[in-house]
Amino acid sequence: MKLTLKIWRQKDARAKGRFVTYELDDVSEKMAFLEMLDSLNRKLVESDQEPVAFDHDCREGICGSCGIYINGHPHGPVPAITTCHLSMRYFNDGDTVWIEPWRAKSFPVIRDLIVDRSAFDKIQAAGGYISVNTGSAPEANSIPIPRKNYDNAFDAAICIGCGACVAACKNASAVLFVSAKITQLALLPQGRVEARDRVRAMVEKMDELGFGNCSNTGACEAECPKEIKIKSIAAMKREYYKAF
Amino acid sequence: MNKVLFSTISKKFIMALAGLFLLMFLPVHLAVNLMLLKPDPEPFNKAARFMATFPLIRIMEIVLFAGIVIHITTGLIIQIQNWLARPVGYAGGSKSETSFFSRYMIWTGASIMIFLVLHFFNFYFIRLGLVPGNPDDFYTVAHNLFSIPAYNYIYLSCFLLLGLHLYHAFSSAFQTLGLNHRIWTPVIRIISLIYSIAIPLGFGIISIIIWKFR
Ligand code: FES
Repeated sequence: MKLTLKIWRQKDARAKGRFVTYELDDVSEKMAFLEMLDSLNRKLVESDQEPVAFDHDCREGICGSCGIYINGHPHGPVPAITTCHLSMRYFNDGDTVWIEPWRAKSFPVIRDLIVDRSAFDKIQAAGGYISVNTGSAPEANSIPIPRKNYDNAFDAAICIGCGACVAACKNASAVLFVSAKITQLALLPQGRVEARDRVRAMVEKMDELGFGNCSNTGACEAECPKEIKIKSIAAMKREYYKAF
Repeated sequence: MNKVLFSTISKKFIMALAGLFLLMFLPVHLAVNLMLLKPDPEPFNKAARFMATFPLIRIMEIVLFAGIVIHITTGLIIQIQNWLARPVGYAGGSKSETSFFSRYMIWTGASIMIFLVLHFFNFYFIRLGLVPGNPDDFYTVAHNLFSIPAYNYIYLSCFLLLGLHLYHAFSSAFQTLGLNHRIWTPVIRIISLIYSIAIPLGFGIISIIIWKFR
């Protein structure tokens, strides 16, 4: 199929970026989206042009590095998948595809489609851990955990920290990510002990880094590739209120 | 302490509480307005006088004003921070599925605020003596206003916008307070829908009846 790509090109963090139009006329619907970009890059390199820089690693939906904003959606228009899982069969011959980096003050563009997501690491480092020596793996049944808590903790723990929630939110708010990290630990006995300090420290760090506020629009929930729900945000708020 | 009081969660908490308080006031106001439909001005004027003099209500009036001011101030701070959080927007737009009216809260809210100012000029400031008029006969003041078509158009469109604001506000406030429940959240959404239709409709119908039939 033939595609017109409008891709954000930006040399480095300080440069002024702009959209550049590329035409591809041999895109197979069997390609993955990132393979389509690979094929574009091969052409660019062959004709002595700079390839488009984009982030990726596992290409199997678990590392969270491949965030690209495609046609008005983080990770493209298909729900519950990452960019690396996006197949070209969802596009039609003649389509124009807008390809942009995540847009948020707290996620500055480093180059082309790559943004600096270290703000998430900083929030995580502020309290998203359990500070005890866990030793070797204990006998699984020695600490009883209610099934409901186990399920909810697991639902939150599958967050891959890709930043799609921030990218989707009209306010560039990070609360879905932060709530997943907080509830995941708060629901389990080992994490419960430090729940109070954790929620205060992580929320404070998130504010400090300049993310927006939550307007309960639900865009994050709709776009999260791991389908984390906004009930997790409500749970984080309960943790925060309890911390006083 | 400041970091806690002004954290993103606290600001939203304060705004939601103030908003919920304002939500409770609307049905009371609507009940008083219903008396405008009576041919006799006395019940409405009596109610208005009672509101103006009864001590407990005077205290509530201060709380109400505080509620309005707090709701608007926190709302504005939150909105400005939100705008700053995304300095460069998306060329491809934002096509994420969202609760529709949540995107326009600042605009629906701003229009309601403009209406409130107008409303104060027409009634509240008369009572305070800031604007000329007879504070003992708000019934006639209201009837005169509702006989002006232009006033009705403004009035009705403001209540439409209020309805849109309330529709998101009502259910969103509960999420902000940390209440998200498998059974109760859908129930709250339904109540939210009913409330956001019933209240503006009530105010609107009263104005239309007076405008067209009196
Ligand atoms: S490359 Fe790892 S999630 Fe897409």
